[in-house]
Amino acid sequence: MPENTHSPTAHKTLPKTPTGIDGLDEVTEGGLPQGRPTLVCGSAGCGKTLMALEFLVRGILTYDEPGVLMTFEETAAELSANVASLGFDLPALQAQHKLRLDHVHVDRAEIEETGEYDLEGLFIRLGYAIDSIGAKRVVLDTVEALFAGFPNEGVLRSEIRRLFRWLKDKGVTTIITAERGDGTLTRQGLEEYVSDCVILLDNRIIDQITTRRLRIVKYRGSTHGTNEYPYLITEDGFSVLPITSLNLRHEVSNEIISSGVPALDEMFGRGGYYRGSSLLLSGTAGTAKTTLGATFAAAACQRNERCLLFAFEESPPQLIRNMRSVGIDLQPYIEQGLLYIEASRPTLNGLERHLITIHKLIKEHKPHVVVIDPITNLISVGSLLEVRSMLTRLIDFLKVQNITALFTALISPHNVQQEATEEGVSSLVDTWISVRDLEGVGERNRVLTILKSRGMSHSNQMREFLITDQGVQLLDVVIGPSGIVTGASRLTHQLQDNAQTVFRQQELARKDRELERKRRVLEATINNLRTEFESVEEELRQINNEEVTHQQALTTGRQQIAHASSGRQPAPEADSL
Amino acid sequence: MENTPIAPTPPLDPETWELRLYVAGQTPKSLAALSNLRKYCEQHLAGRYQLEVIDLLQNPQLAEGDQILAIPTLVRKVPAPIRRIIGDLSNKERVLVGLDIRPLKDPGH
Repeated sequence: MPENTHSPTAHKTLPKTPTGIDGLDEVTEGGLPQGRPTLVCGSAGCGKTLMALEFLVRGILTYDEPGVLMTFEETAAELSANVASLGFDLPALQAQHKLRLDHVHVDRAEIEETGEYDLEGLFIRLGYAIDSIGAKRVVLDTVEALFAGFPNEGVLRSEIRRLFRWLKDKGVTTIITAERGDGTLTRQGLEEYVSDCVILLDNRIIDQITTRRLRIVKYRGSTHGTNEYPYLITEDGFSVLPITSLNLRHEVSNEIISSGVPALDEMFGRGGYYRGSSLLLSGTAGTAKTTLGATFAAAACQRNERCLLFAFEESPPQLIRNMRSVGIDLQPYIEQGLLYIEASRPTLNGLERHLITIHKLIKEHKPHVVVIDPITNLISVGSLLEVRSMLTRLIDFLKVQNITALFTALISPHNVQQEATEEGVSSLVDTWISVRDLEGVGERNRVLTILKSRGMSHSNQMREFLITDQGVQLLDVVIGPSGIVTGASRLTHQLQDNAQTVFRQQELARKDRELERKRRVLEATINNLRTEFESVEEELRQINNEEVTHQQALTTGRQQIAHASSGRQPAPEADSL
Repeated sequence: MENTPIAPTPPLDPETWELRLYVAGQTPKSLAALSNLRKYCEQHLAGRYQLEVIDLLQNPQLAEGDQILAIPTLVRKVPAPIRRIIGDLSNKERVLVGLDIRPLKDPGH
């Protein structure tokens, strides 16, 4: 337990004695006032004695501070038997001289009062007990029992006042328990005498479910948590839940983890969820929330991470069987110790106990991923406000531990349009996926949308998905004439699409063929033309040659004539020819 | 008020009364209690009683055994049942009733 982590100032704070009780030290910001008496009051059965006793036992075991328990109601043997189930071995502690139990028996019938007296005997007994083991902690379990034993109230009151003063002087940290009175904190007004710290335990029943609350009424010289904090008495003892006081200062991770459905991952800008984020999967009945949750759990186990799955609707074997039918085999992960399924009916326990169980299991298993399916069922055991506060605390707790948490939530059908979860946790979670049924003509189709995803872009599409033998499969978006189509119309659409494709392909092939033909025709024409051209060319060349020859002949003829006219016999002329 | 059928052999007369007076130091209340007690015993239990005065300041461990809270406390160990009388024993009648001592002249015993 972190002690005094809250003290923000450098001022010298009141010395405190850590109780060692889960959560109480956080609420009291370090423990009870050291060397002073603390009054713990509450009605019958709210765990005053247990809290006081745990204060002693934890003091001995954790802080090595011996303690004295002076009990006015139960005998030492009864008390030892009562707390043995919590693992407190009082006789052993007594044998080690760490603990002293003194049962003060007060019986009016045995006591005759004649004249003046005081309670020096009680002081001597207590002083002797404290000194004999060097006790630092003292518990007086229901000192009010003295009022039943001694008729002279005036003497008693002054003696009790003196007792508390004396305890203070002794420097022992004391818890005094007292029954709650009618309209007052204690039946005998003990709060008048104990002014340093008063803790009130309350046991109330709302809708047949007991919830226990602890409140620090006053704590002189120190700040403290002022709320009512739920507390529990578990098999490990007393446990206060101060988790609402957590501040939003947890570290964040940039790591992305897969949802287990590749197509769903693609819908997120960064390809999955952030590690340590909290996810909400809300939907109406039968929209595969559990399957998606189990897929996520299985994906975590595949990455070799530990996963804790809280099932409030199904028993583990049933869950395993059902998931196997959609191709998710959880059994091997359980055997490898990666997956732990905790199944219980929500009504089995009060809300706080659920929270404690979750805390305990998280501490035990140190999971990377937690799946709670579904959180909505918790409403059956608490009021909305309480569920919300519990979930806030749970989400904060998980975030601080950097555990990725997936909650599923059932939305009642008439609420679908509002897309709000009744618990109002949607504002607490980082990523919210909504799954729902789209009712079409004669069919229902499941679609999935991402309503929000903090810290990354996400697809705005509604994606139809199927639960197949291979798990959840997202189908490609098909946009029909009037938006996205699903189910049978998707099939129709696909058939039409296919027909059109075939038709288009045939058309294309036909066009290709025609083109080819045209090309061939053209090529043939080109060849003809070329041949024609060639023949014309040939002819022209011929003519040209002839012309050249003719010209030459003419030239030659003219030269001969010229020679002849000059008187010379054109003898060589004949040769040249 | 016949005890004989219940207690099988209570030798009534030779019975020795065992009384313990718990005090804490020599406080006026303690001293008063002691002197008062001595007086009553001599009057009513002469020769038939043992008186032990325990000072808890010296023997604090003895307080637990007899369930002592108030000081001074007178404890009647014998005859049974154990009875406790707290205070300085100034009220004679209440002490006698408390100790279940009947005046010697009382007929019957």
